[in-house]
Amino acid sequence: MTNVPADLKYAKSHEWVRVSGDVATVGITDHAQHELTDVVFVELPAVGRQVKAGEACAVVESVKTASDIYSPVSGQIVEINKPVVDNPALVNTDPYGGGWFYKIKLSQPSELDKLLPPETYQAQIGQ
Amino acid sequence: MLRRTPLFSAHQKLGGKLVEFGGWEMPVQYSSIMDEHLCVRRAAGIFDISHMGEVLVGGAQAEDFLNHTLTNDVRKLTAGQGQYTLMCNEHGRVIDDLYAYRIARDQYLLIINASRIDADVSWLHGRARSFPAGGDLAVKDVSGDFGAVAIQGPRVVEFIGQLFPGPSNEGVTAVAITDLKKNQIGAWTFAGQPARVGRTGYTGEDGFEVIAPASTIEEIWTKALAIGHVACLQPCGLGARDTLRTEMCYPLYGHELDENTTPIEAGLGFFVALDKGDFTGRSALVDQKEKGVSKKCVAFKMTDKSAPPRPQYPIWSTDPDAKKIGEVASGTQSPSLGIGIGMGYVPPEFSKPGTPIHIEIRGRKSAAMIVPKPIYKKAV
Repeated sequence: MTNVPADLKYAKSHEWVRVSGDVATVGITDHAQHELTDVVFVELPAVGRQVKAGEACAVVESVKTASDIYSPVSGQIVEINKPVVDNPALVNTDPYGGGWFYKIKLSQPSELDKLLPPETYQAQIGQ
Repeated sequence: MLRRTPLFSAHQKLGGKLVEFGGWEMPVQYSSIMDEHLCVRRAAGIFDISHMGEVLVGGAQAEDFLNHTLTNDVRKLTAGQGQYTLMCNEHGRVIDDLYAYRIARDQYLLIINASRIDADVSWLHGRARSFPAGGDLAVKDVSGDFGAVAIQGPRVVEFIGQLFPGPSNEGVTAVAITDLKKNQIGAWTFAGQPARVGRTGYTGEDGFEVIAPASTIEEIWTKALAIGHVACLQPCGLGARDTLRTEMCYPLYGHELDENTTPIEAGLGFFVALDKGDFTGRSALVDQKEKGVSKKCVAFKMTDKSAPPRPQYPIWSTDPDAKKIGEVASGTQSPSLGIGIGMGYVPPEFSKPGTPIHIEIRGRKSAAMIVPKPIYKKAV
């Protein structure tokens, strides 16, 4: 049984979003890290980059495959999680904490309404 | 429709993550590739290799036939011994790489790649037809009749004798299964059926491969997991099988080997007995050995922090007017070493260990270096 915290919003493509004012923190879900297993490399977007919702803006590599990470929301990247670049295993061990990817200043806050509440995401992953 | 091995339901029960591999639905992992890989390096792992093909070649002409069809010299084998060998076309290019076991004086068992069963069997039958008629030669594909498991790792010797007790009743005269030497094969009775066990593998660790009737393979698998528990035996998927063999630089058909590649280019000249008399592909291989090759299979390690190299990524020279010199054939993160590793083909002038190269990963070049094979060496 994977963990789906109640205080987050989710994208169908398995990213989570934690909103604080007009800035959102983005990472990948416990279910996603469980499916990927053994994350060995994380590539994050440059600070300052403008991204659109649904745009591939990060890459997670496991032993077997490379997977694109899609931004759940539009805006400007304001901070990235350098420790996760140095220690990619954080994505596996602490996906909602130390394994976060980036912070983004929201340009379209209304997009948050299109994200999934925890119970819907939980149903999507079949739990 | 993907094919399934006799262990399919066992994989489902164990929660194996199933993927397509060479037309088969196979477990890529149960827990994680990293865990399973390290488990085989440190303790023991069991793999389903039932998808691999088996061909029996028998008769008074079997030795001659195989020596004309395969690159290695089967005359070196006594009953109960096996060897790694290759099968080439007239141009010396590889149809498959395989294991040939001499299981009796006039009886051979070939273990061939799953993805090549159809190609190999039709090639072998074609060769057999062109072989002098009226002789005593039988080539039979028995792939569907058998299942197989590989039990690999330094601690396998702690329990394998419980799984197959007593002396071998075919081939070698091994008093106990642990007396088998590398590449030897014997037979034990399991559930009233013969199970052939060879001391070999595809991981670089000590281990055994078991070939048994499809109807008994699940019982062997289940019993091995139960008694192997004392030695931390874990079920392992094709993901770990691939990272283990890549660390050892063992070729995988479709990656390092194909019908555009010769054993000489692949660095497998040791398994080509040019002195044994004529065989299919020999003249092309002699020619290549004299004139030299235009590409060579090399091993490399990433020296920059980078994403793992993957098959088909371009390999570049590092000189000021850098050019693309090849492609990655196999590439992965090495669980043992914690760095990206791989193999690929480059022109001979770039093949010397120590040569710097670049691997292009999603449009960016990362530094790597040619290294000696194998990439991983066990600490003694």
